[in-house]
Amino acid sequence: MNQEKIINVKNLTKTFGSFTAVKSISFDVNQGEIFGFLGANGAGKTTAMKMLIGISKPTSGEAVVAGFDVKTQSEMVKKSIGYMSQKFSMYDDLTIKENITFFGGIYGLSRIQIKEKTAELIYELGLEEVADKLVSALPLGWKQKLSFSVALLHEPKIVFLDEPTGGVDPITRRQFWEMIYAEAHKGTTIFVTTHYMDEAEYCDRVSIMVEGSIEALDSPKNLKKQYNVTSMNDVFLKLARNVE
Amino acid sequence: MKTILFIIQKEFRQIFRNKAMLPIIFVLPLLQLLILSNAASFEVKNIQFSYIDSDHSAASRKLITNFKASSYFKVIQSFNSKTEANHEMQKGKVDVILEIPNHFERNLIKEKKSSLSVSINAIDGAAAGIENVYITQIITAFNQNIQTNLFQYNEATYVQPQNIVTIPSFWYNNTLNYKTFMVPGILVLLVTMLTLFLSSMNIVREKEMGTLEQINVTPIKKYQFIIGKLFPFWVLGLVILTVGLLIAKLIFNVPILGNIGLIYLFTSVYLFVILGIGLFISNHTETQQQAMFIAWFFTVIFILMSGLFTPIESMPQWAQNVTLFNPIRYFVEIIRMVMLKGATFLDISFQFFIIVLYAFILNGLAVLSYKKVN
Ligand SMILES: Nc1ncnc2c1ncn2[C@@H]1O[C@H](COP(=O)(O)OP(=O)(O)O)[C@@H](O)[C@H]1O
Ligand SMILES: [Mg+2]
Repeated sequence: MNQEKIINVKNLTKTFGSFTAVKSISFDVNQGEIFGFLGANGAGKTTAMKMLIGISKPTSGEAVVAGFDVKTQSEMVKKSIGYMSQKFSMYDDLTIKENITFFGGIYGLSRIQIKEKTAELIYELGLEEVADKLVSALPLGWKQKLSFSVALLHEPKIVFLDEPTGGVDPITRRQFWEMIYAEAHKGTTIFVTTHYMDEAEYCDRVSIMVEGSIEALDSPKNLKKQYNVTSMNDVFLKLARNVE
Repeated sequence: MKTILFIIQKEFRQIFRNKAMLPIIFVLPLLQLLILSNAASFEVKNIQFSYIDSDHSAASRKLITNFKASSYFKVIQSFNSKTEANHEMQKGKVDVILEIPNHFERNLIKEKKSSLSVSINAIDGAAAGIENVYITQIITAFNQNIQTNLFQYNEATYVQPQNIVTIPSFWYNNTLNYKTFMVPGILVLLVTMLTLFLSSMNIVREKEMGTLEQINVTPIKKYQFIIGKLFPFWVLGLVILTVGLLIAKLIFNVPILGNIGLIYLFTSVYLFVILGIGLFISNHTETQQQAMFIAWFFTVIFILMSGLFTPIESMPQWAQNVTLFNPIRYFVEIIRMVMLKGATFLDISFQFFIIVLYAFILNGLAVLSYKKVN
């Protein structure tokens, strides 16, 4: 593998009081890949991701994202990344277009750029009918598409998606993964967490986190071979058993 | 700058989309002014007045007639002894005892000087202060040469001579029109409460919804976010002030003797102080409920110690010192000075300076405590 490393993490740790949520994790993410960050609920995925996007200070360890240190250059990191939170976090009392305008504006886009970007995103994500509707009136699937489009507004090098498909039906999940693929195809690096093991199959490489530590990291194919099973779900079950 | 405009635009969209908001801005001030300025009147009527006349002279009878003629006093009884009178006051039947000593008239004629003693039931301190003012007015009108010795009655301390409490504001409000006196103060309260509550809850709400996190992952600068967030509430504060001033003028006919520009100048700085406090509260709370409780805590203390309902001069010294840190105190002072006394910039420059200093300190603290990184 001689690809460029766009994320470089070394012994990254986060403690809350006496509880260690992320235990000295180390890994690299290659430019342009879809990197699956897997783990059960409470494994520490969100906590780790928040350190990578510069909104949570690591207790110890290093992380370099898009060439910038998350501890000392977090504002530079923020220019290069997009983030879609686990919890829907757009303005319910604004329309899709207004949300895009606002976030585009604070990402520093000009009015003209915002106009172009809005039109483009709404077309690509198939949001034409609902573009002028208040976000509160939209079903969850639409909301998640909106969050995704906002995360991509400023054409980031890396986009962090925290459980982007949580709580939606399998068809919408499938559609969402198609969007992820389309974006990855443009060269954007995708860092995605999920606790749906079937989604792991869609990733180039996955790490599996158990209770704050990374227990396995490889392509889905290699992992299945290594654990001698047929699905990622079985890989996960075997891992969980080992830890106990 | 461009970034800030985007935030302001979004904020105004949300404010005007919120159906509950417009009534809050326009109807609430009206209701509050109407209710509070009528209810919070200091006017004391039907004061139960009694006297001990040990002089039985023409002068003493004339003085008592003057009290009888006043619409504030209801002369209920004459007592023979102080003990008897005190007994009735303790039972709450009597508010005021006027003691006319022996040789009252003789001293007045011979020495051009005489004294009277007045006991006031001071369980309700505010009422006692006002009763004192009325009594002094009647006595002074009767004869300039009489010295009154005031005793305030209190359950805890029996007879304790006290200095006469004067409420300077009355000097500029000769008709003792309490609405004139209260409306500007209540306007202060309104502007303060609405902007403090709306601003502190607004930012916490973004925390609760998770949108603040979404903003924190953008490369936005702290100052951009804060200015963009607070500016709309600053404008709102000035709009509320304007609505309130119009109501004061058109409905209550409160005079605006001074330059109205001074009120706006002071308010525009004052609002920074309040918004700084709001931001500070929202930085240190996680839910709207917490923010609300803390905002309440501060407003209640600030209001009680502002001189709005109880004169600062009648507070104990330590409390008077505390009021020096109270921004509302300065606003109440200023608005009364400018509206009722016609104060100029020079008159209010001290308060203005304090509030500017306050604005810098609080906003500094608020900006420091706003963290994009946890
Ligand atoms: N701010 C916090 N304070 C204390 N504990 C936290 C905090 N955030 C997360 N945790 C704990 O850290 C663990 C990992 O949480 P999280 O990273 O959200 O897991 P995941 O995203 O994998 O479901 C959980 O046990 C959670 O309760
Ligand atoms: Mg999570």
